[in-house]
Amino acid sequence: MRRLSARLRIVLIVVALIALLFVGFLIFAHRPAIAEVAPPPRAAFAQADIAHGAELARIGNCTSCHTAKGGRPFAGGVPIATPFGTLHGTNITPDPETGIGRWSEPAFARSMRQGVARDGSHLYPAFPYDHFSSLTDADLHGLYAFLMTRRPVHLEPPANRMIPPLGFRPLLAGWKLLFFRPARFTTDPAHDALWNRGKYLGDGIAHCGGCHSPRGVLGNEKRDQPYAGGWVDGWYAPPLDATSPAIRAWTADRLETYLRTGLSTTHAAAAGPMGAVAHNLSQVRGPDVRAIAAYYADLMAKAPAARREPPLPDRADAAIRAHPKGAALYAGACAMCHEPGAPMVVAGRPVLPLGTQFHEHTPRDMIQTILQGVAPPVGAHGPYMPAYAGTLSDEQVAQVVAYLQTRHGTVRWDDLEDEVARARKEGKP
Amino acid sequence: MIELSVNGRTRRIDADASTPLLYVLRDDLGLVAAKFGCGLGQCGACTVLVDDQPVFSCITPIAALPGRAITTVEGLGTPDKPGIVQRAFEMEQAAQCGYCIPGMIARAEALLRHTVTPSEDEMRTAMSPSLCRCGTHMRILRAVRRAAAMRGGGVVDPAERVA
Repeated sequence: MRRLSARLRIVLIVVALIALLFVGFLIFAHRPAIAEVAPPPRAAFAQADIAHGAELARIGNCTSCHTAKGGRPFAGGVPIATPFGTLHGTNITPDPETGIGRWSEPAFARSMRQGVARDGSHLYPAFPYDHFSSLTDADLHGLYAFLMTRRPVHLEPPANRMIPPLGFRPLLAGWKLLFFRPARFTTDPAHDALWNRGKYLGDGIAHCGGCHSPRGVLGNEKRDQPYAGGWVDGWYAPPLDATSPAIRAWTADRLETYLRTGLSTTHAAAAGPMGAVAHNLSQVRGPDVRAIAAYYADLMAKAPAARREPPLPDRADAAIRAHPKGAALYAGACAMCHEPGAPMVVAGRPVLPLGTQFHEHTPRDMIQTILQGVAPPVGAHGPYMPAYAGTLSDEQVAQVVAYLQTRHGTVRWDDLEDEVARARKEGKP
Repeated sequence: MIELSVNGRTRRIDADASTPLLYVLRDDLGLVAAKFGCGLGQCGACTVLVDDQPVFSCITPIAALPGRAITTVEGLGTPDKPGIVQRAFEMEQAAQCGYCIPGMIARAEALLRHTVTPSEDEMRTAMSPSLCRCGTHMRILRAVRRAAAMRGGGVVDPAERVA
């Protein structure tokens, strides 16, 4: 009896300690709500600030997560697949009930800089506050002015579906403790004003690292490998540093053209999630896109292609002998657009071996491009390629990729059929 | 020789494996419903069904097709006995010059095999890869709505009522 009660006592103490730790954690994780305000009227904002915010919103590519396909601008609802479950982009129109209409400017600024919603709940780091935290007060004011003057849309996004217990938002305070270091921008005197502007925009509002930097097991961007290449929506976002696999140098001129038009005649067309980025940047006036291009061109200035642009391999005969099935599929499905002399190539599209996809360490981007094609945004011009997901089987896509790899590639890829199956699975919206 | 299943029949084709299906349909099999438009997979005039999926036959080599069920508009009905989608297109007088219509019908058939109760948005997304230069899109969409209704379903949130 005595022993039992002693054991019971120990259990009780342990339970009490756990409860105490839990309460302590909740106190640590707690953030106060910021009082609601009446939605500010249009007249509360200067036109110049609204226009400034509109530019930043384009550079920030807000619509990729906050405007659903076919949906109203900024009304949210975009499903965002993460290894931890599916999130949905929130409604950031000024609707008072379902949007941010009752958010004061300090509440908006706190969400951008600390990842905390107006009501005090922590935001998932899919919202890149680790980048936005470097924004100046003036830029945040512009974005606030722009968003608060959009047309309010009454629309509640679908509920997130996170792997338990990750739906419990206070846990994000733990994630922040481990990984979140608010970004600060400081001017680098070793570089000119354009480069510094590009760094401020690229590291900050444009959050290029959100896709182009590798992430750790808890979804954190690896701080020691910025821009070393990452993964997004089943695509590989290639490195933007000295490990860039591009076979032609990314000069500031070429990069600016690519970012503004979605097409580089020496690299590729913007495909997958990059398509929307280029579409947004195509509408940015002034020197900001040039600045971003100058900054990343400098980060890639020590990449192999920047030192020496190698000849383009074309081992057509060897490729036909090694992969006759892939060669036949290529001839019937791809050649009419992609062979030298085809109308598309004459019109300025890059020949295949220039494509950065051919030189990445993973075949993923080539596979996704074949499966999903390339589509300009609705109502917009841009590079186009039909999708072959419904036409070719996994085995056939693998045969085409094997043929192309032998013919034009510079990297060895294996297990292509498995890669195609994985690409199909991870590329599903 | 490559064996293809076209409209339920096995056909032996003496053509290079890289030949696009459209050429085989039109030149070897005399099935001329599917049309050559752009030859680049951009206009949809060549659309046929492969395993219930709409594909651009002009950019689909027959090497990709052994063991798969190819259906052209000829396989959906005859002038005397038109299929449901064909009748719906006729009732709505969806054709102007008619060049895009076989592709449109194939695309509508694929949609309705997938679901007879699509949303307006699903229907428009499914039909959007096919272009019509005459501008009869509204009639074409009406025809698809009608075909959905005739197959026991209907577009669940139609932008226009089917008369």
